[in-house]
Amino acid sequence: MWNYTEKVLDHFKNPRNVGVIEDADGVGQVGSMACGDALKLTFKLDGKKERIVDARFKTFGCASAIASSSALTELIKGMTLEEAERVTNKEIADYLGGLPEQKMHCSVLGREALEVAIENYRTGRTSRKILEGKVVCNCFGITEEEIRRVVRENDLTTVEQVTNYCKAGGGCGSCIPDIEKIIHAVREERRRTEPPAAPQQARLTPVQRIHAIEETIDREIRPMLKKDGGDLELIDAVGPRVVISFRGRCAECRVAEFTMKDVVEAKLREFVDDGIVVEEAKS
Amino acid sequence: MRNIYLDNNATTAVAPEVTEAMMPFFSELWGNPSSMHHFGGQVASYLEAARAAAAGLIGADPSEIVFTSCGTESNNTAIRGAAEAAGDSLKVITTRVEHPAVLGPCRWLGERGYETLELGVDGSGQLDPAELRKALAGGPALASIMWANNETGVVFPIQEAAEIVKEAGGIMHTDAVQAVGKLPIDVRRTPVDMLSLSGHKLHAPKGIGALYIRRGTKVKPFLLGGHQEHGRRGGTENIPYIVGLGKACELAARHMREEMERVAALRDKLERGLLASCPDTRVNGDRANRLPNTTNLSFQYIEGESILYHLSDIGVAASSGSACTSGSLEPSHVIRAMGVPFTAAHGSIRFSLSRFNTEEEIDYVIEHMPPIIERLRALSPFV
Repeated sequence: MWNYTEKVLDHFKNPRNVGVIEDADGVGQVGSMACGDALKLTFKLDGKKERIVDARFKTFGCASAIASSSALTELIKGMTLEEAERVTNKEIADYLGGLPEQKMHCSVLGREALEVAIENYRTGRTSRKILEGKVVCNCFGITEEEIRRVVRENDLTTVEQVTNYCKAGGGCGSCIPDIEKIIHAVREERRRTEPPAAPQQARLTPVQRIHAIEETIDREIRPMLKKDGGDLELIDAVGPRVVISFRGRCAECRVAEFTMKDVVEAKLREFVDDGIVVEEAKS
Repeated sequence: MRNIYLDNNATTAVAPEVTEAMMPFFSELWGNPSSMHHFGGQVASYLEAARAAAAGLIGADPSEIVFTSCGTESNNTAIRGAAEAAGDSLKVITTRVEHPAVLGPCRWLGERGYETLELGVDGSGQLDPAELRKALAGGPALASIMWANNETGVVFPIQEAAEIVKEAGGIMHTDAVQAVGKLPIDVRRTPVDMLSLSGHKLHAPKGIGALYIRRGTKVKPFLLGGHQEHGRRGGTENIPYIVGLGKACELAARHMREEMERVAALRDKLERGLLASCPDTRVNGDRANRLPNTTNLSFQYIEGESILYHLSDIGVAASSGSACTSGSLEPSHVIRAMGVPFTAAHGSIRFSLSRFNTEEEIDYVIEHMPPIIERLRALSPFV
């Protein structure tokens, strides 16, 4: 048996938001019976067409595919379209307390369905625009862009991981050398464009430093708070002090102090500078 | 909570009589059967009694039985040992639906220059003997063809296949791991040269198997070392487990006819019950030529792993040929070789019974499984 988290098993056995919204604003269907999993996502926007007020799913697949779909609908309800667009497969997996490595493709399936559904709302198109790229894995119909994306978003380093995340390479295996090249290329790009890690961080200019803090908040902290309906804003960063302000449910949360130290400060120390002290802005 | 075990093609419960028979060999009877003193001599007699019991179950002479560590070792010894003895002009013929323990060594030989061929099967998982005959034309061959399939229970026409191979002057090996103890087997009547069997599929523990090698068949040993097993397998004999296997073979021979009739009736009841209450469900495999204990059902539009998790919740253990249960991304090679449509392949569930199952357990599954299928179909975008 797989080592599923309690949350995966809960969402599998008691899936939330099952069904199809008849007058949906966006519809996204991805996967196929042949591939072993398929997901149909429908969502409804509010009157101003800004925020997702309802999301429903139907899924063919294993326990983690069903749980990922259920998690996806819970995650995006209440989000603006812009926020939903930024949801990554990692957030879906994190929402469930993680997925076994070989099952990460279930979370990618969720992210893809969301993408297609948003695209469908905006353009009326029903097919995946990402399928227009060059197909690398013919067995599962995975394009170069899809592979680049999972490598980038999940910081993958091996072909085996790529197979776990998007199935590419999991059939006949003839595309494995191509996948290796793509991993290498993405990592090269990252090495060139991203400021190098640890040793040089101490010498960041003030602007670079604020940039790094913002990036860490976006990537590491905000998604975690959002799961509980909260958010935060960066107010100031002077010397070792980083001033933030909680928003949404975090603002009324009684354990915000804990969140500030154990999440915000810990992450900023980990990714930017281990001398950082986080304070909450006095309102 | 129920505890209904219907996954006996994966492994079986160790019979209490088997455990009991093994116990003295973990304590007072610890000698080495090769030793020239009474510690060894005492034990050697049990070793030979176990050999006779294993031989008796399949109609062999005890001297034709080599004990191994498992079915996989038996298959490797047979295929690689016979190929090595014959030289690389040998053609290796097998089928697409074999267990990986046969496909693995055959493909390994293929990578080393042997000509290899994997015969296909039809939609019911059945082999066409004419194709085998054709494959044997032109040169010496080793054929490794399973007696019964582990996933579907389909029984191959092994009598005919063996006769065809022998007529053509080939060497005939059969992986009978799923058939031994469930079907009457007599190597005096069926001209196989080698036959693999495994203890844990017939109520002995894991870690013990045997290979029948017909007298005169040339096979190089797989494990090189001492003179044990008449020089056909080096290594001090695993006496407790060999004794366990002997006991299991003895029990199988005693119970087979009557028990398998009862088990087949239970299997048929389960199959009928589920087909009647679950629409869009099909049986995979040749129902007329099948192990008495196995049924492989495809529940269309839903996926096997989710079914298994729900079954496990109600205390029922089975298995699936879906991609997800194996951690691989494609459904079972057996189901695919049969050309089962994808709508059904991912939702295949195998129930495999044993003599320890009861009618009450089967009734429980017939009653509690259909709501699971209904629930999962309510989630499916294809319904």
